[in-house]
Amino acid sequence: MYGDPTADADPSVAFGHDMPFYTRDWHFDPYHQRLTVARRGAPDAVHFDTEWGNWEVFIQEKRGEHHTHAGTLHAPDAEMAIMLAKENYARRGPCVNIWVVPEDAIAASAYEDADMFEHTTDKMYRDPAGFQGLRKKAQAGKERVGDEAAAGGNP
Amino acid sequence: MTTTTPFDLASAPADARAALDAYVLALADDALLQGHRDSEWTGLGPILEEDIAFSSMAQDEIGHALVWYTLRAEHLGAPTPDEQAFRRDAAGWRNARLVELPRGDYATSLIRRTLFDIAKAIQYDALRHSAWPPLAVAAGKLRQEKKYHLLHNQAYVRRLGTAGADSHDRLQSALDALFPAALGLFEPTAGEAALTALGVVTPSAALSAVWLGAVRALLAQSGLSAPIATVAAVGGEGDGAGAGAGAGDVLRTTVAPDVGGRRGEHTDDLGAMLDAMQSLHRSDPEATW
Amino acid sequence: MVMMSELPLGPLPDVPEATSDPEALIAFEGRIARGERIEPGDWMPADYRRQLTRLIQQHANSELMGALPEGMWIPFAPSFKRKLALIAKVQDEVGHALYLYRAAETLGKPRTQMIEELLNGTSKYSNVFNYPAETWGDIAMIGWLIDGAAVVNQTIMATGSYGPYARALKRITYEEAFHLKQGYDVTVALATGTQLQRDMAQEAFNRWWWPTMMFFGPPDKQSVHTGILHRWGVKPKSNDEQRQEFLRKFVPKMIELGFDIPDKDLRKDPQTGDWIITQPDWDEFKRVINGDGPMNKERLALRRLIYDESSWLRTALDRHVPLPAAA
Repeated sequence: MYGDPTADADPSVAFGHDMPFYTRDWHFDPYHQRLTVARRGAPDAVHFDTEWGNWEVFIQEKRGEHHTHAGTLHAPDAEMAIMLAKENYARRGPCVNIWVVPEDAIAASAYEDADMFEHTTDKMYRDPAGFQGLRKKAQAGKERVGDEAAAGGNP
Repeated sequence: MTTTTPFDLASAPADARAALDAYVLALADDALLQGHRDSEWTGLGPILEEDIAFSSMAQDEIGHALVWYTLRAEHLGAPTPDEQAFRRDAAGWRNARLVELPRGDYATSLIRRTLFDIAKAIQYDALRHSAWPPLAVAAGKLRQEKKYHLLHNQAYVRRLGTAGADSHDRLQSALDALFPAALGLFEPTAGEAALTALGVVTPSAALSAVWLGAVRALLAQSGLSAPIATVAAVGGEGDGAGAGAGAGDVLRTTVAPDVGGRRGEHTDDLGAMLDAMQSLHRSDPEATW
Repeated sequence: MVMMSELPLGPLPDVPEATSDPEALIAFEGRIARGERIEPGDWMPADYRRQLTRLIQQHANSELMGALPEGMWIPFAPSFKRKLALIAKVQDEVGHALYLYRAAETLGKPRTQMIEELLNGTSKYSNVFNYPAETWGDIAMIGWLIDGAAVVNQTIMATGSYGPYARALKRITYEEAFHLKQGYDVTVALATGTQLQRDMAQEAFNRWWWPTMMFFGPPDKQSVHTGILHRWGVKPKSNDEQRQEFLRKFVPKMIELGFDIPDKDLRKDPQTGDWIITQPDWDEFKRVINGDGPMNKERLALRRLIYDESSWLRTALDRHVPLPAAA
């Protein structure tokens, strides 16, 4: 097997793990980080390779809810993006479904046009709040119609 | 495991009880050491996204170990999970050697996870039907977390195996190096036969046969190979190719499994690993950390 | 994880608004004055883009480098609970690096380039990650003091003017709440434990007191960048204000846990309620920034080694052709 992380460890600090623990000189050796190997063997100039493309990630917390934007990650393809998105964006909260979308598939409006979303004339007629006092109106109307009927109906 | 008679621990003979304890200990030790080895990558992964995914799987595995150690503590008279994991010398460990081998490079870790996860998925799947209810319940829960592991591993192995000579060769070398030790996952624990007779566990040989098939199928999609052959069962006719194998054919490996772990015979790597894992915990026997 | 407004500027990203545009500047500053967030497509002064890129990039670097000192201790964590929590915490830090590099990417610099600048030393990271983590006590102190300082800093920075950075910090601060609890929990276990544990905690506390005081950067009167960064809402509060916020929250807890604070002249101003500290060694601060800290070379060398060794995997998948349908 190649890449044995302990291969470069200084033998003088190796553990004697057959000794009972209470006689041992406890020693902290972060073997897995290979700092000493790194110091000796790290290249001065690294060859920089590729960057996988960006994917926008959408999470659906439960059936019946919308998918909502959770974040972005780099992945080589859609299947890998979904696989990686699970632990990158759904490792804490609930999730039943993930969408991934390549970043460049998203088209966006311009912030400088944000004023076009504002309403400068009254558009309350699109809103339930634009239709108030209906019960009162109904009652008043009923009374008025009743009065007219009592007064003799049609001429 | 076709029996429907529940296994009652209280009335079970002592040898069945000991066999069950040995079996659960092996489950626990396998999971903890696999998780420990994988956690050595946390913060050191090949790319940020994968660093995070792999860390989660390490956590899953350590969490699985905790479930098994807790089961021993609650039902089989073992001390607390921390004591089982952090105060036990190498000779008392019953893990397969596969999980004690050094982390190696990323191809090695991916291949180890792949072989391990397929084995555990099959084992947990079977143990859901155990006649001992606590084992069946735990296996059902842990089986669920294996799904993502399989998805993750397949995504990498299928791609890297077919992405050119360099990545293919790295995976193949790792596979060649680890395959015998992976077969050691199916080394029976002490007294396993007594448990299979009671329907508590599935025979390791049966799990091994399923595993060989699953591994071979993934490797075939990935341009990789392992020493797995189809042999004709008595009365059957094997043709040596997976898809065309007759119903009576069985898969066999052509290499000797690297066993001994289930009997407490380990490599020196386990001692070094436990020294790291236990040194701080054992530095002060009175301390609560 | 840190403000490093004293650090040298990195290379200028290739930006469209290198020439000045007085009208656009007025609109930009008006937006900030109204408390509106700046978004990636907006016009922004070249200096805003440059300062923010540098700041977010350094913050991302800090998260990535911050995974190393704590990651060192993962195999040694002394119980199931500690082991799982430490892995999850280091995992989060890698995730924070991811969120932050993404926020910086929206300013025009690709992540590969930022990683390259980290590895070749042209883009810096927080000094605290150039100090060793000698014992488990250091894990307690990093989790409690450094994460505590980071939460103070990030909560303030999350109110800043750049949308993607603020969004990333909001999520990070949420996740850091777990880190802070975890660090405090480890600290309490040591500080209320056996003699060996209490000594371990106090010794680590002594090591981390001064780096923690340096964490927020030099005093305001020495700070050169604060003016414009404040005006543009990049840095809503000054170094000293942030440091005070941290001290007000943490000194009472330090006293409660019985820590002996190495700054013998630390005292509270009865009028203002501010803590008056002995200034840490700011020459050391500059030396560490310039690469001469106790762990600078090792930690960067480790990152380079990892990057180099895993290059095969990234390039193999990048070149990978779509898989045939599974049989």
